[in-house]
Amino acid sequence: MQLVLEKRAERSATIAIASPLIAIALTLVTMAVLFAILGKNPITALGVYFIDPLTDPYSLGEIAVKATPLVMIAVGLSLCYIANIWNIGAEGQFLIGAVCGSWLAVRTNGTEAGYWVLPGMLCLGALGGALYAMIPAICKVRFGANEILTSLMLVYIAYYIMDYLVRGPWRDPHGLNFPTTAPFDPVATVPILIEGSRLHAGTLAALLVVMLVAVMLGRTIMGFEIRLAGAAPRAARFSGFNSDNLVLFTFAVSGALAGLAGIIEVAGPIGYLQPDISPGYGFTAIIVAFLGRLNPLGILIAGLFLALTFIGGENAEIAIKVPLDLTKVFQGILLFYVLACDSLIVYRIRLIGASSKAVAANV
Amino acid sequence: MFDAIVQIFGLIFSVNFILTVITASTPLLLAASGELVVERAGVLNLGIEGMMIMGAACGFAGAFVSDSTIVGAFTGVVAGAAMSAVFAFLTLGLAVNQVAAGLALTILGTGLSGLIGAGFVGARIVPTPQLHLPVLTDLPVVGRILFGQDAFVYFSFALIIGIWLFLYRTRLGLVLRAVGDNHTSAHALGYPVLKIRMLAVLFGGGCAGLAGAFLPLAYTPFFIPGMTAGRGWIALALVVFASWRPGRLVAGAYLFGAVTFLQLSVQGLGLGIPPQVMSSLPYLATVVVLVLISRTRGAAGSAAPASLGVVFVPDR
Amino acid sequence: MHDISVPNVSSGKEPLLRALGITKRYGTFLANDSIDLDLYPAEIHALLGENGAGKSTLVKIMYGLIQPSAGELRWMGQRIVLAGPSEARSLGIGMVFQHFSLFENLTVAENVALGLPPTESFAAISGRLEETARVYGLPLDPKRLVWQLSVGEKQRIEIVRALMQNPKLLILDEPTAVLTPQEADQLFVVLNRLREEGRILLYISHKLDEVKRLCDTATILRGGKKVATCNPRQETAASLARMMVGAEIGQVKMASVGAPTVPRLVIRQLSLEPDNLHGTHLEDVSLEVRGGEIVGIAGVAGNGQDELFAALSGERQAPSDGAVVIDGEAAGLRGVTERRRMGAAFVPEERLGHGTAPRMKLSENALLTGHAASGMVNRGFVDKPATLAAVDRTTKSFDVRKAKRDPEAVSLSGGNLQKFIVGREILREPGVLVVSQPTWGVDAGAAATIRQALIDLAGRGTAVLVISQDLDELAEIADRIAVMFHGRLSAPLGAADATREMLGLLMGGASIERGAGTQEVGDAVGT
Repeated sequence: MQLVLEKRAERSATIAIASPLIAIALTLVTMAVLFAILGKNPITALGVYFIDPLTDPYSLGEIAVKATPLVMIAVGLSLCYIANIWNIGAEGQFLIGAVCGSWLAVRTNGTEAGYWVLPGMLCLGALGGALYAMIPAICKVRFGANEILTSLMLVYIAYYIMDYLVRGPWRDPHGLNFPTTAPFDPVATVPILIEGSRLHAGTLAALLVVMLVAVMLGRTIMGFEIRLAGAAPRAARFSGFNSDNLVLFTFAVSGALAGLAGIIEVAGPIGYLQPDISPGYGFTAIIVAFLGRLNPLGILIAGLFLALTFIGGENAEIAIKVPLDLTKVFQGILLFYVLACDSLIVYRIRLIGASSKAVAANV
Repeated sequence: MFDAIVQIFGLIFSVNFILTVITASTPLLLAASGELVVERAGVLNLGIEGMMIMGAACGFAGAFVSDSTIVGAFTGVVAGAAMSAVFAFLTLGLAVNQVAAGLALTILGTGLSGLIGAGFVGARIVPTPQLHLPVLTDLPVVGRILFGQDAFVYFSFALIIGIWLFLYRTRLGLVLRAVGDNHTSAHALGYPVLKIRMLAVLFGGGCAGLAGAFLPLAYTPFFIPGMTAGRGWIALALVVFASWRPGRLVAGAYLFGAVTFLQLSVQGLGLGIPPQVMSSLPYLATVVVLVLISRTRGAAGSAAPASLGVVFVPDR
Repeated sequence: MHDISVPNVSSGKEPLLRALGITKRYGTFLANDSIDLDLYPAEIHALLGENGAGKSTLVKIMYGLIQPSAGELRWMGQRIVLAGPSEARSLGIGMVFQHFSLFENLTVAENVALGLPPTESFAAISGRLEETARVYGLPLDPKRLVWQLSVGEKQRIEIVRALMQNPKLLILDEPTAVLTPQEADQLFVVLNRLREEGRILLYISHKLDEVKRLCDTATILRGGKKVATCNPRQETAASLARMMVGAEIGQVKMASVGAPTVPRLVIRQLSLEPDNLHGTHLEDVSLEVRGGEIVGIAGVAGNGQDELFAALSGERQAPSDGAVVIDGEAAGLRGVTERRRMGAAFVPEERLGHGTAPRMKLSENALLTGHAASGMVNRGFVDKPATLAAVDRTTKSFDVRKAKRDPEAVSLSGGNLQKFIVGREILREPGVLVVSQPTWGVDAGAAATIRQALIDLAGRGTAVLVISQDLDELAEIADRIAVMFHGRLSAPLGAADATREMLGLLMGGASIERGAGTQEVGDAVGT
């Protein structure tokens, strides 16, 4: 028996839509099995993970809060991935953006600064993320260094930069020696949308980003350039597009979005800078990007779904004593199934039996 | 200041230095050796980090449960190979993009290892014994360096030598290099491209698993979640640095081991450098190395196997 | 090795290989439709047909690379089922592919070893390779890296590799496509010798005069079916062509036009470093193409044509702005988009992946070159209806056959896609058109359409530059022909002087003094 792939004449539109759903279904089945292995009732566990968070308004707000950075980062990453440019360092760009924006907050902390502080922080965050992302971009364009490795190494470095600042120069003097900055002033905080929840204006920003990028990708010549670069790089060059500039552009935009997400997260739900501002948003965003099929609207849905699993994971830890790592496992399995199902869009799978000796024995 | 310099010199030219470098370099050498074979066959496996951390978790679990580091090492190898089998299924069986698949495996591996290792945090085992030969090990200077290492270290050298012999002196090694150079030609000549790549990937996964197992079995006698700390990624960089050649790989692995040692020991010197700077040294060094090596190659073109990362679907 | 005896077959008239009812189906497409073929020893048997007729598929089945959907093969009277090429080789069937199965970064010896069964030691293979090469007049150095060799030398590796297994049947797929006429003559000497040794040579070609010169028998395929088996020496080129194509192909009509006008494309002392390890260095290339004329650049692939195309299109920058001049304006440092705005258009050699994005729709592929100056982009936004209109126009004017209004590029056949690509550029009414291999791999009908379109375009005053390996094509449409060799361009020859022999010499490296009719023949054989 042998698995053989045949390229389809045209991409299958039905599978393109069905694939993420099939992937989710398969993941749920696998998770059910995993729960059983861990000694938990699969149905209850799945319920805690996926249904319970949807049942009360506060939870829904939390989902939106968690989804905001995921969606914002993933949309930026999708621009890179469509063009086969592999920015894996979004986590680092997120952190640096948080750091750069927080600098302004720390500097003006306690002073009677005006309403310009928050916009200033957001700009600095985006700028910081963009510049940090330019490092691997320039290394690739100027020196030909592989951007996967460079952007990833910079994540570790970014983490240490933030760690140093928060334990050292920026540490809150009244903070009982905890490694955090002083809580941000109200002018340095992202406004809350609904009283009593943590739902904040950053979510609106994320929605705006989704719409803008959707328009850009689908309707503009820049979007065409990005899509063409990924589909046929030689044709992109023939079309007159400069691949180096595209690398710089996509890294800068994704870095800016990641950095913006970073400062929004710090200046919003968290309220101060500390080492644990990210439970791996930059990496989960990669999954969100693929799950959303590198499409802004798909990313929005995928982001909400994965945010649901984050909340579900936190619930599960308390309610049924399931370790938090399971969420990561879930995400990895989901990405695995998404990739596998997506392959069916372009290829048809055939199983060749051993009966035809000539056919089977060839490869 | 002068004092500090003298201290650093004293550190570098000491037996202790060499010994520590060897232990720091061994997991890098093990993982990178396997990946070298995989990439020579034309496959880019970005899931090494996930395979390594799985090797660490399962290796420790195996050793703890069976009270034997050999069983632990074996469990680590199997865990790494199993993860890589998933990777092979995705990329070779379903023609999935290798970058995406590698990332999926890394995330999956990190999560799974956390789950598996959760029950073992805080547990301790007896670390891998080191060799002790009657007269040889007691020789001054060279004694412990050459004859006092643990099995992982000796194996890592045997492995890279074996790989060199395989690639350049055997028929199958030639075929593997050919597949990495031009999979279309290899297929036209009748070679089973996917099968060869699959075997290479499994081998690489096993090596990565072994490299991961080394950490809780020999480097430190306990398991911490995430203890690979990016070594898998550094191993990938090492393969690039080595221009896909075994000899240079050893040099690269040891260079990085030296950087790791520097990081640990300079902290102890009290030079006033923030610890975070030293902690980020290996990663910084990786970036610098990647830039330099790509730059010097420049117009001469990449030394990478020409089919590296390119999806192959045989036509029938 | 020198004289094979094929027992009880060479004297009698038993075919060595019989193909009976060979059929190969890809979905609904029949690449081979019930083909019968008999191959007798000591003959050179031609397999004729235009591009897409099914020749390559049939021989790949004979070589075990593809499995037939129906039908059988009989070798020496016995039914065989080939599991793969190695089994075919062990039976005595060898093949020299049109696209070489070589490994550029390995040595000649390593490449040969990979094509042979693993029973011999590497050292033995190396020695035998040198000897075989020498004996047949195809010298090779085992230690050289393949990427350093010329195309003709690379083909030698393929041939020697096949010969080392002492094949009774040797299949050659379009071997002279990459050779100069003189190299082709040399090859024929080798092939005749092999025939005298009692082997069968199955010679795939679409070049009729070659086949008439070389081959004893010819089987003609058309649309996947076998149409006839005949003696090519008793047929005329016209009758063979008719059997291949099934109808009379009209001669292209030369446009009646006045004398060509001003130079619209000027290449002035263009020198360029290759941008990769295996590229060719362009040296001092100079040429003028005037409005209203078609200038051809002949030459075997790999002599700098790709680099020249890239320098002309703007994919690579020339060293100076004045090295490439379009309609009087210096363009050497300009990008592709800007050159299109200056009225230039380009058609690259590779349809899928370079000229179009295979998995994108035709409308997006229209945008690919159209965004520069064709009213498809408005303040950064793409005008989708305009791109669709361009597709419709091109479809109508160039008879592009496709399954729906706006399919993916890859779903079109070679000929139709090429018509789309050429049409897309011609409909922009460019002042300068540079086209590389306009009808390579294209069926005869589409080829005729394209060539006529090029002639008509020139007739309207455009300067057309055609880079082609096909001397027949250039003879048909070009007013003047220059030859590229090792990155250098000869002075163009007028149609009268551009005989096959002269062009062949130039393709092989002979140098010509510019202007005067004198010639120096340098090392005339291209290596």
